[in-house]
Amino acid sequence: MANLRIDHLSKRYGAATVLSDINLGIETGEFVVLVGPSGCGKSTLLRMIAGLDGASGGDIHIAGKLVNNLAPAERGIAMVFQSYALYPHMNVRKNMTFGLKFTGVAPAEREKRVAEAARMLRLEELLERYPRDLSGGQRQRVAIGRAIVREPAVFLFDEPLSNLDAALRVSTRVEIANLHRLLKATIVYVTHDQVEAMTLADRIVVMNKGCIEQVGKPLDLYYAPANLFVAGFIGSPAMNFFAAKVESVAGGRARVSGAGFRPLDLPATSLNVGDTLTIGVRPEHLSRGTDGAFAVGGVVELVERLGESSFAHIRRADDKLFVAEVRGRDTPAPGEKTTFVAAAQDVHVFDAAGLRIQMPGKS
Amino acid sequence: MTIEQRARSAGVHLVLLAYSALAIGPILLVVMNSFKARSAIFGAPLSPPDATTFSLIGYDKVLRSSNILTYYSNSLIVTLVSMALVLLFGAMAAWALTEYRFRGSTLLGLFLSIGIMVPIRLGSVAILNMLRTAGLNDTLTALILVYVAQGLPMSIFILSEFIQQIPRDLRDAARCDGVPETRIFLEVIAPLLRPAIATVAVFTIVPIWNDLWFPLILTSSDKTHTVTLGVQQFLGQYITDWNSVLAALSMAILPVVVIYVILSRQLIAGLTSGAVK
Repeated sequence: MANLRIDHLSKRYGAATVLSDINLGIETGEFVVLVGPSGCGKSTLLRMIAGLDGASGGDIHIAGKLVNNLAPAERGIAMVFQSYALYPHMNVRKNMTFGLKFTGVAPAEREKRVAEAARMLRLEELLERYPRDLSGGQRQRVAIGRAIVREPAVFLFDEPLSNLDAALRVSTRVEIANLHRLLKATIVYVTHDQVEAMTLADRIVVMNKGCIEQVGKPLDLYYAPANLFVAGFIGSPAMNFFAAKVESVAGGRARVSGAGFRPLDLPATSLNVGDTLTIGVRPEHLSRGTDGAFAVGGVVELVERLGESSFAHIRRADDKLFVAEVRGRDTPAPGEKTTFVAAAQDVHVFDAAGLRIQMPGKS
Repeated sequence: MTIEQRARSAGVHLVLLAYSALAIGPILLVVMNSFKARSAIFGAPLSPPDATTFSLIGYDKVLRSSNILTYYSNSLIVTLVSMALVLLFGAMAAWALTEYRFRGSTLLGLFLSIGIMVPIRLGSVAILNMLRTAGLNDTLTALILVYVAQGLPMSIFILSEFIQQIPRDLRDAARCDGVPETRIFLEVIAPLLRPAIATVAVFTIVPIWNDLWFPLILTSSDKTHTVTLGVQQFLGQYITDWNSVLAALSMAILPVVVIYVILSRQLIAGLTSGAVK
């Protein structure tokens, strides 16, 4: 197991910049998830860590050793691919031992490692089978097993759950979390699914357009997103945004107003009259009522029922939609006019550049 | 099945049967008549051998009086060695051209594909000159070299297509596993190319085995003649020994048929695997 350091890493294809100035430190034993929309460069970053793609600039250190010019196999990494990438003409045992032959692992040791991995992943019964005879979940476990037997310094997962159906995805997710606990391995995990990111990660790296938007613990990202992108990306359904303007500043309080919501007072720490702001409130922090720091009203247009809660899509006075989560059975009916409120600590404020404005008294 | 469907299916089969008869007919005729006495070949060329006309005289003469076994082994050596080299170099070149981007790789690919468009026989005179200068005239090596050059472009083309279909992740996984590049090619890519290799093998073997042109211009002695050329000695300007000709031809057909039967299952997989995805 080892730590990983990435300094000023960049990747260009001709004129197109895929990654620019990526800096990231990953501690030994840490589970880091790279998350972002498709095309954000997260998979490229992972492939560069693996050594499958070369860097256009910058350095990668694994366990304190510069690995820029090392082949994938010399970096002490193991990668699990989205497509599993099992060798179709080898059985499960051979799939797991194939690579070990070339890295100087003695036959007896190979067998020991395979047995150990098979026990951990419940693959004992499947060792003589071929990939074509395995289900998707089993194939994924074999792919993970193939990574484990290499005893790598860093595990790299590239969207390992994308090809599994929903039920299997949840159980495999739990398995991966358990595996991390068991192996205490350093893991870099790429996904576009924020639920996977939130549930698995010690730390999440949110990426967008080839840059890192924010690095932080899952709940920090949720409660204190650094910018509009992270605020909109983490959380489902996405955070509601309201355009706003600072009307007046007096006695340390700033009065902020905008279309569709009731004017509200904010601590005026760094606000000036005329500043353009974006107010963000998560659907799950809105509740029906009239008493709250932030209040927004409108006509219910659509209600999505999930069981324990429902998502109401509400059209505001300025003809834009926002979403509110309503718990329990008492859901509003379409056409109903209602007001939703949120507590002051659940109101996120972003400046004109989209960066978070830290409100005093909030974590 | 409706009547219309049945009629259509019958029609299709009729066409296929006619084509098969057309293709198999001459071969059948050759094989059939090779087992008949000379008078019967001319008396009733279309009837199968019966008790009175059956004769092995053709085979007897061919095996006894000529160098047919030398020709046979020459053909086998030339064909099999050429095939092996075409497959080996073809697969390696296809792998290199599809997997690695290097300076001039596109140009090299184009250069190699010219061989598909330009028939190698156009260069016969130059080839003859070249091989004579190299001191290789009247050797099997000369034939093998020419056939490898003839077979390579198509095999590179077909194998490149197949290699491209092998998922990228598989090669990446092997690289992460620490498998050396040569081993990736030999132990991961090559086994997956089996259907394609069978296809290329058949397409390579048949024209080489049947070729008359290059043995004719590149070999001059009995010890280097191939079967197709050797048979020609039974065809005289005034007398043709039809028994021997037909017997020798029948024997010449046999190895190709055997190889085809062995490879055909793989071949069909190879021909159709790209079509249905």
